[in-house]
Amino acid sequence: MENSGRKKFLLVFSITAAGCVIAAVLSLCLGAASISFGEIFTDGTVSSRIFFLVRVPRTAACLLAGAGLAVSGALIQGVLANSLASPGIIGVNAGAGLGVTICFALGAISGWAAAFSAFAGALFAVLTVAIAARKTSASRSAVILGGVAVNSFLTAISEAITTLVPDVASLSADFKTGGFSGVSYTRIIPAGIMILIALAVSLSLSNELDLLSMGEDTAQGLGLSVKKMRSLFLVLAAVLAGASVSFAGLLGFVGLIIPNMAKRIVGSESRRVLPICAVGGGAFVTLCDCAARTVFAPYEIPTGIVMSAVGAPFFIYLLFRRKGGHSRG
Amino acid sequence: MGKILLSAEGLSSGYRGTKILNNISLGFGSGQVTVIVGPNGCGKSTLLKTLIRFVPLSSGCIVADGKDAAQMTSSELARIVAYLPQKKNIPDLTVMTMVLHGRFAHLSYPRRYRKEDISIAQDALKTVELSELADKNMSELSGGTQQRVFLAMALAQSSPVILMDEPTSFMDVSYQMKFMELSRRLADGGKAVVMVLHDLSAALKYADNIIVMSGGRIAAGGSPEEIFQSKALDKVFGITMKRTLIESEFLYYC
Repeated sequence: MENSGRKKFLLVFSITAAGCVIAAVLSLCLGAASISFGEIFTDGTVSSRIFFLVRVPRTAACLLAGAGLAVSGALIQGVLANSLASPGIIGVNAGAGLGVTICFALGAISGWAAAFSAFAGALFAVLTVAIAARKTSASRSAVILGGVAVNSFLTAISEAITTLVPDVASLSADFKTGGFSGVSYTRIIPAGIMILIALAVSLSLSNELDLLSMGEDTAQGLGLSVKKMRSLFLVLAAVLAGASVSFAGLLGFVGLIIPNMAKRIVGSESRRVLPICAVGGGAFVTLCDCAARTVFAPYEIPTGIVMSAVGAPFFIYLLFRRKGGHSRG
Repeated sequence: MGKILLSAEGLSSGYRGTKILNNISLGFGSGQVTVIVGPNGCGKSTLLKTLIRFVPLSSGCIVADGKDAAQMTSSELARIVAYLPQKKNIPDLTVMTMVLHGRFAHLSYPRRYRKEDISIAQDALKTVELSELADKNMSELSGGTQQRVFLAMALAQSSPVILMDEPTSFMDVSYQMKFMELSRRLADGGKAVVMVLHDLSAALKYADNIIVMSGGRIAAGGSPEEIFQSKALDKVFGITMKRTLIESEFLYYC
């Protein structure tokens, strides 16, 4: 039964995982300094310090943010039953960004403070959109447009704070476009723990996500506690996006591109889509970061710019594909 | 009528403060096909959604297999009552995956399917004559075939009560007849089969009981003969229901 589907999933997952490993190795090897294998494990050398204090946390940050944002996108798309929804588009990332900006403005710059305030901001945004969509029975396009409005509103508040509090401006320069040039263990460890826990919980609830995507009354009829699960998935999506944004900044399009590509390749079954998203998202962000560091070397551009350059055309493609009426989303 | 498997007493419910159902009391027994009819907007779909607790009660109570449904978890209720909605999102899942999701209420965390679940899902697919499409994606199927997959998913729930909201929509005429015969077989096997139908002729021909709804209330209830004789359908729909005897069976028309 379903052997062909399982084989295809295993093949795609293996290829994606291999791509993720290659991207991670590339990310560890690439950089202004040339580091030999022997130097890495020689204590006290500059090369060793660069490797362990710059490249390892940067690579880990890319993998975590990619996985977190892609799975967050898949969860939001499942709950809203809308393949055009993603944390970047409906304002979840902007909410997380506002949380971090407020946190910085208040002088709290620890990793845990940033991660939790980003989560709070992300949760506020996703709940605003989801509750408004539910209360008004909004159409799928209205949900997206509403999300774009929430995005603009939250971004405007962040901008106002950045303008009024000069200290925040310096901290948030890379933050707006998204990037990994300044990541450190103090930032990624708290957020990484949150992301890994949320990923594990999300992967274990794939059946529940499939049921929700069939429609809430169908899911209830099948025995799902719809209100509880919908809330849980939105919290998980906010944890994943918020924690990712807390150290990676406002990375756009990962949460849109990766889930849609995964669904096109392995179908919509969440137990297959979510692992592909986690691994594929990590690989995609890491490769974009490698490109950001090398394309204009010795200058480095924010990773978010590379991702938007790839993501924007894909989003346009999705829109036109939907207009043609071929997608059920 | 056999044992009452699902009943409601003084049930009222609605959406966002608007009352749609008003003081409804009814019961569905084992071995019976019950058809709910009524004009658009009279609350038929809301009644089914209230019975599965998707729409909250404002008053009254629901009893499923002798227990208060309000005290049950969603899974416990789904093991007694299956529900086939009118409007559905069609996910891009394979037919077999869809039908296996019908077993959700029977699985404990982390929801791994047992041999028994796969066998029940295969039997459900066989019942709706779709075994050969098990590996197809839902998006590749016609509306009528998708409807049969949802029916198989509801059957895989193995619940003694099955509620269906306009189950024959999208089905072609030949499968509509097969579906009504299947409903009869399910009832003969001990289930309480409840469906909302717009086709009054089919309701009068196939049902054991008919519930006529109007304005959120039950306007009439009884056997097809009682309903026909009472002219309840004529009053509620503003039509004149007639019948003629053809080969010892009544053919209803208006």
